[in-house]
Amino acid sequence: MSTRLAKQGRLIDRSKKVTFTFNGTSMQGYEGDTLASALLANDQMMVGRSFKYHRPRGVVASGAEEPNALVGLGQGNRFEPNQRATTTELFNGLTAISQNHWPSLEHDIGAVNTAFARFLPAGFYYKTFIHPKPFWKHVYEPFIRQSAGLGKAPDKDSRDADTYEHFYAFTDVLVIGGGVAGLQAAKAAAASGAKVLLIEQSAYWGGRAPVDGGTVNDEPVDKFVEQLVSELETMDNVSMRSRCMGAGVYDHGYVLGYERLTDHTPGVQGPRHRLWRIRAKQIVTATGAIERPLSFAGNDVPGVMLASAMRDYAVNWGVNPGERVIVATNNDDAYRTAITLKQAGVDVLRIVDARATAGPLAEEARQLGIRVDPGKAIAKVKGGKRVKKVAICNQEGVGGAREEVEADAVAMSGGWSPVVHMWSHCGGKLTWDDANAFFRPDPSRPPLGANGEGFVLAAGASNGALVLGDVLTDAHAVGKAAAKAAGFKPKNIKAPVGETTAEAPMEAVWLMPANAEIQLRMKSWLDFQNDVKVSDVQLAAREGYESVEHTKRYTTLGMATDQGKLSNINGLAILADALESEIPKVGTTTFRPPYTPISMGAIGGEARGEVFQPIRQTPMHNWHDRNGADWEPVGHWRRTYAYVRPGESVHDAVNREVKNTRDNLGLLDASTLGKLIVKGPDAGKFLDIMYTNMMSTLIVGKCRYGLMCSENGFLIDDGVVARIDKDTWLCHTTTGGAERIHGHMEEWLQTEWWDWKVYVANVTEQYAQVAVVGPNARKVLEKLNAQAGGGMDLSKEALPFMEWRDGKIGEFDARAYRISFSGELSYEIAVPASQGQAFWDALFEAGQEFGVMPYGTECLHILRAEKGFIMIGDETDGTVIPQDLGLHWALSKKKEDYLGKRAHSRSHMADPERWKLVGLETVDGSVLPDGAYAVGEGVNANGQRNMIGRVTSTYFSANLGKGIAMGLIKHGPDRMGEIVEFPGTDGKTYKAKIVDPIFFDKDGEKQNV
Amino acid sequence: MLILNCPYCGVDAEETELAAGGEAHLKRFGPGSSDDEFHDYLFMRENPKGVHFERWRHANGCGKWFHAARCTNTLEVFGTYTAQTSEPPQDIKDAIAAKRPGWTWREFS
Ligand SMILES: [Zn+2]
Repeated sequence: MSTRLAKQGRLIDRSKKVTFTFNGTSMQGYEGDTLASALLANDQMMVGRSFKYHRPRGVVASGAEEPNALVGLGQGNRFEPNQRATTTELFNGLTAISQNHWPSLEHDIGAVNTAFARFLPAGFYYKTFIHPKPFWKHVYEPFIRQSAGLGKAPDKDSRDADTYEHFYAFTDVLVIGGGVAGLQAAKAAAASGAKVLLIEQSAYWGGRAPVDGGTVNDEPVDKFVEQLVSELETMDNVSMRSRCMGAGVYDHGYVLGYERLTDHTPGVQGPRHRLWRIRAKQIVTATGAIERPLSFAGNDVPGVMLASAMRDYAVNWGVNPGERVIVATNNDDAYRTAITLKQAGVDVLRIVDARATAGPLAEEARQLGIRVDPGKAIAKVKGGKRVKKVAICNQEGVGGAREEVEADAVAMSGGWSPVVHMWSHCGGKLTWDDANAFFRPDPSRPPLGANGEGFVLAAGASNGALVLGDVLTDAHAVGKAAAKAAGFKPKNIKAPVGETTAEAPMEAVWLMPANAEIQLRMKSWLDFQNDVKVSDVQLAAREGYESVEHTKRYTTLGMATDQGKLSNINGLAILADALESEIPKVGTTTFRPPYTPISMGAIGGEARGEVFQPIRQTPMHNWHDRNGADWEPVGHWRRTYAYVRPGESVHDAVNREVKNTRDNLGLLDASTLGKLIVKGPDAGKFLDIMYTNMMSTLIVGKCRYGLMCSENGFLIDDGVVARIDKDTWLCHTTTGGAERIHGHMEEWLQTEWWDWKVYVANVTEQYAQVAVVGPNARKVLEKLNAQAGGGMDLSKEALPFMEWRDGKIGEFDARAYRISFSGELSYEIAVPASQGQAFWDALFEAGQEFGVMPYGTECLHILRAEKGFIMIGDETDGTVIPQDLGLHWALSKKKEDYLGKRAHSRSHMADPERWKLVGLETVDGSVLPDGAYAVGEGVNANGQRNMIGRVTSTYFSANLGKGIAMGLIKHGPDRMGEIVEFPGTDGKTYKAKIVDPIFFDKDGEKQNV
Repeated sequence: MLILNCPYCGVDAEETELAAGGEAHLKRFGPGSSDDEFHDYLFMRENPKGVHFERWRHANGCGKWFHAARCTNTLEVFGTYTAQTSEPPQDIKDAIAAKRPGWTWREFS
């Protein structure tokens, strides 16, 4: 069993007890524990179940590479799945639950999967679930959904209770990793005067050096770390952040850092996580190395751990992972674990060394009384929920002639792999190091910056230097090189001298025993998290998955949170062997950021709730809000959908507004309409290109409705254009289109017709605009003029339809446009934004005797649909041309050129089979479903009914007392009076008659008064 | 997250400040052009692994369009220059030649 040792534990404070729960059971640990070390101290060997086979799984590692010990942390609004127990600092009141099991960790029904493991090989999902088709819905899909996805998603009604922030930082040199290499590199770089930022993912400095031991300048390495840290802390040009992980390296020296501020102290004020958005001239990756597992049967049984992790648990947290331990290795480093454990009083049964001869550390182990077995291997680990027996055999061979030993823990070491993730994220290339059997950064092929020079340097273990002395020498040189590359002159100071016991070379061992029989290979795990075994990769290779990227996806090797940390090299080696190739030829999969998962909260930062996006408000926004506005987002604007009175439904309100505007007087806040001033000697020529109609001939004082198309002919916007003076036009755009159309005009002006003398200014927010609409529109405006004793002449003769005038309306400086989007007598009046509310108030007060009511966007839509006016975004969707909408009259025949003209003569644009705009009326007066498709005769190649059109706008018209709609129908204008069928998503089929799209006042008599 | 220097306002702008505008130096074909010419102008684009010319707009800055010459493979930037030109200026061509001798792109070299 795993227990707390009487002594050791450099990171824990035994005087401070911490209480937490795991699956509801109360447990105790110490301050300084991780959740993993505390669980082990409580003999909680099994911490979860695997993803596919639901096999019992225990802690394997001691850091970010942990694949198994993923737990659900916290409760309610603070619940988070898949948190690593190994990097979760323990605190009082922590609650954790294990994952991937039902109903409980101890008794899991899904574990039956493991009994069927031979029916669930690589690619199982792809192969088995294809036929028969009906099985999908009732058998396969529920099964996959239940077993897919790690952990459990937070409850859908919960909301993250914490806050997060983004932080921008600029530095000359960024050092990622605060082990001895990172510290030394930071010091060497900072000595030049360069600004240095040093970030470390864990809570403490020095990395694994204090655990591994050795001396620096004849002092113990932990003393050296202490001195170095305090030295760096006093330097003004050095910033240090612990609990801050380098998450990803991106183009041109951009780095994301992920700082966990209060995970270990919940309840403390302030943001929980901080996302650092860093720009660095040079980046030093000092990210260390990760130990590799060995592939032997049963290497996933709880109690089998990385040798270095076992050493960490003993030295850092005073935890003994087992009482009878076997060490399996192919290198000298694992001997340190045996020695450390033995010295802590643990019974180390033997060291199984796959190599024929061991190194100098073997002698030290033997002197402590540890049995060393060279040339041996683990054939199989036995036990279900924890290690019970270990079968030992010869490394050479298939795994026969086994000797069984009773043991409760196994330490394994397959050698080390430099953490090359940060180097690789932005294109740094790797080279294969045969002596150490790992990939390390190739310094001749670094990620390149804007100047074509490398901007990342690897240092220490992440650069392939594994021995303390080499680590320090390398890091010192790299720190100086980074400062120099960032434009500083490095100081010529001496590198510290580090020493450790000499080591014999490792030997690559990809399988234990070397020619393990299939029964063993089927139990030899390569990827614990995704349940990928040696036999799966071999099968993938046999089935033709020769590319490592394909094998990864077929088997799921190295997917999800692993990202090549533990499984990578072992998997590649098995694949290379199966393909009779070599590892460097097979290559690695792509290392993708983030290094370990980061919280969605950190990615979002402050951008949530009210500050998610700026909201644009018109000058009358607060009035609308006080008067029952049901809000609708339109672009970044908020517009009133309808003004709902007490006791009314939204639908009631819309119907009331629709009738009142036609019968009496309506006011619409039209301030959001885009207003672009286009000015200059060439403005007319320019607008003739921008619009399909002729704008240069527009007479000063008049308005014209215009269409805009993209270069490939599709409608992109519409609106009324007014000519203000000889050189000036004012172009109205749709509410959502102002910025886009402004950009569109700028693009053509700057990049195609840059010699034309034209300026474009977006003045949308300078004006409040009110549409005064209805039979009483003129009366209310004339009343304002009468009250003020004068004002502009608003008569039919003085201000005819489609003209505009500047002047006074009542007390207000106004520009009145006689335009109508409703078919009613209508004035759109622009006043300075600062006078908008006062103008609205005056209209509202004066309008009382005329039955005034404000109306919202839904009423606006219904009024325009009754008149058959198109709406950009409803009748158009980026594939619709003016000809589809019967707008041929707006396409100038006189102009030689305008955007879209050439495109309209392409064959498909002139195709008579294009769907065309018509009106639609259901046979029973009901409302057609929005977006419904019309079906015609016959079926297509997929056996689906042929589609012949779709609904683009559909409303209930209170004025007409029935549903009205517009749609695009094949040959529609030639099929007036025919009935078309629209199958709804509700299973019903709607029948509608094709009619003229103008439903109301066909002759336009109402607006022409 | 590229950094490009805006040749108008002089700012070294992060990609978040910029809007990409596709291939540079397109020649517009309007009414009177053949179907093939118009089709190629609208749809046919270079997709090189290496030297490329692009349009960018300093959208969240001074608002100006400009051109960038860069390597799509290494992310190296050879230079940025005005949008008011139908071909890369000589100093940009020279800067590319210094790093990529013998380069060609469409009709330019
Ligand atoms: Zn600029």
